[in-house]
Amino acid sequence: MARMLGSDAILRALEHEGVEVAFGIPGGAILPTYDAIARGTTVRHVLARHEQGAGHMAEGYARASGRVGVAIATSGPGATNLVTPIADAWMDSTPLVAITGQVRSNLIGTDAFQEIDATGITMPIVKHSWLVQDVEELPGVLKSAFHVARTGRQGPVLVDIAKDVQEAEFDFVYPDEVDLPGWKPPHKVHPRQLREAARAIAEAQRPILYAGGGVLNADACAELLELVDSAHLPAVVTLMGKGCLPDSHPLNYGPPGMHGSKYANFALNKADLVIAVGSRFDDRVTGKVSAFAPGAKVIHFDIDAAEVGKIRHAEIPVVGPLKLALAQLAAEVRAATAEVAPDRGPWLRQLEDWRERFPYRYAKAEGVLKPQTAIEALRDLAATREEDVVWTTGVGQHQMWAMQYLRCETPRSFITSGGLGTMGYGVPAAVGVKAARPDATVVCIDGDGCFQMTCQELATAALERLPIVAVVINNGWLGMVRQWQELFYAERFAQTHLTHAVPDYAQLAEAYGCAGFTVESEDQLEDALAAAFDAGRSAVVDVRCDPEEKCFPMVPAGAAAVDIIEAPGEEAVPA
Amino acid sequence: MSAHTISVRLENRPGALARVSQLFSRRGYNIQSLAVGPTERPDISRLTLRVDCSEHSLEQIEKQMHKLVNVLRVTELRPDEAVERELALITVSVATDRRAELVALSQVAGAQVADIGRDAITFEFVGRPDQVEAFEELVRPYGVRELVRTGRVGLRRPSATARGAQPSVNV
Repeated sequence: MARMLGSDAILRALEHEGVEVAFGIPGGAILPTYDAIARGTTVRHVLARHEQGAGHMAEGYARASGRVGVAIATSGPGATNLVTPIADAWMDSTPLVAITGQVRSNLIGTDAFQEIDATGITMPIVKHSWLVQDVEELPGVLKSAFHVARTGRQGPVLVDIAKDVQEAEFDFVYPDEVDLPGWKPPHKVHPRQLREAARAIAEAQRPILYAGGGVLNADACAELLELVDSAHLPAVVTLMGKGCLPDSHPLNYGPPGMHGSKYANFALNKADLVIAVGSRFDDRVTGKVSAFAPGAKVIHFDIDAAEVGKIRHAEIPVVGPLKLALAQLAAEVRAATAEVAPDRGPWLRQLEDWRERFPYRYAKAEGVLKPQTAIEALRDLAATREEDVVWTTGVGQHQMWAMQYLRCETPRSFITSGGLGTMGYGVPAAVGVKAARPDATVVCIDGDGCFQMTCQELATAALERLPIVAVVINNGWLGMVRQWQELFYAERFAQTHLTHAVPDYAQLAEAYGCAGFTVESEDQLEDALAAAFDAGRSAVVDVRCDPEEKCFPMVPAGAAAVDIIEAPGEEAVPA
Repeated sequence: MSAHTISVRLENRPGALARVSQLFSRRGYNIQSLAVGPTERPDISRLTLRVDCSEHSLEQIEKQMHKLVNVLRVTELRPDEAVERELALITVSVATDRRAELVALSQVAGAQVADIGRDAITFEFVGRPDQVEAFEELVRPYGVRELVRTGRVGLRRPSATARGAQPSVNV
């Protein structure tokens, strides 16, 4: 027990929770806590330039490390600026503790300066939140906050702390246990359901695993690999799951969905058994739900019971921690296949045939650099590097090309905004990743639209010595929106032309103390990217690309997988 | 679509009710009635919610509510397994010469007179929700000036020992 101020107690709590880095910006209502940072803590504070940036940094840190990310902001606009990253963390199940200052207890409810109802505003997008108005509650609340963020289905929590609580003196004891009678995430798996799942897998003629981000969150990648190998199960891996199974694994058929491969979508379409693991039948994966995997029985593994049966009925629901479930399933499947051993040869040959016939394709053209070429160059450069490369992305065409063309062999090496689709995620997330993985080269593949939403965080990268490489796939447009306008809005390109006129990204990079490169043709690509990787400081590569290139294949929103739109020149496909 | 009664044991904490009602609006479920009040324990409240939804939605509602940190328990109260009651206060316009008739009628129906004014009477009626509706219909011809219902509250019958079992005394 030690006598201290609430503000110091916040930092002692973070230290108890093993927090090494927190991302934030000070302001009026959180000033006492920053004063405590000045008094001394083992927590490294990374000063962002915008609270949204701080939030995405904490997310990037969390996704790269598997630990809880921490973002700190002041009341009012500080809290509202955190809303987007909190929503992003909610949609992608990223463990995040957001700590906001609140006006003094006696001013709460009076519309005081920079007062906003932070717990109210964030209520639909947090697992739980606390408004602390009594310093005695502070240790228990912070303990609970970390516990809720990291247990069960991971996600964001908010702790809103009145300024006078931060200033109050009390006897600090950090509790050993949480007191949360209503928080009971599942910690085991029903053995009967596992056996049923194993039998269904053993009997299936055309099974397909459908693995998502939950596998990464559950730290269950080794168990997934063991299952795939031992049961010889082909898999598709979603955008959020990328890296949970090596992209080079022969049974990894890549991402399904709107911009996934044809072979992944065909695999789901023709499967007789879909084994969903930590994936949630998102509309960007399923398209038209009634036409999704129409001939398949579904086994759904998830830590969150509410995801099972939400979109698609699961004949065999298995709720529980995936690490445990997959390990036990692999053993059960081995036992079950000893009795029944279906001949999966024809199915695997069919998948291979589709993969050979329908690879990702694009047509190069004279005098214009295709964005896919830039991503391929990055992929090839990364393969030659000795150090690990961790990717982040923004949201849009470049993100989909990154999903299609990058090869991720290790978990937590592809970090992106999936559910919320937050443009501007890439740069700050990369800064957070770098804080978690200082030995890795962290590369943000961004769009020019995305980059301009959060590029101020280059200052953070430069001054906090968290160097990143930002590769701007610069087509001068809000490219994905342009693509929809071209395909579905009769080429009425309303308000999507950002132009190549301004800014000069290389000059902008230099202004932030980063190295800047401009690439205008394919022959400049390799050297510029290599120089950026080896710049010894943050670097921005402005890759000026074909403005008209579209991302294919594409399953239009609400369409069935078999109604996939192909790149021009590809043969039509009967699925 | 069918109507369901859901009973929720909830931690008695600031914002706990808001989290439940927010979940309903956020996920597009419509609440027909919601009654909340203290229980045998001061730190726990009980909510009785009436919702009109499909079986699939009901399952989703229960699962989503279970994830709320302040929610301790969610159970569906099936009609044959639950005692459900509702209180209504009804102010009925009535001329002096028809007062006696209305009071006599209400007493037969099981209502109490809560207040008598110059040209109106307020009745209180406690009963099963269908009885409340029947009473409302009964007095409607006189002219209902104001009406308020608590929404149903319910508890599982102790006589309903197993799911689907017929209660021994159904009152």
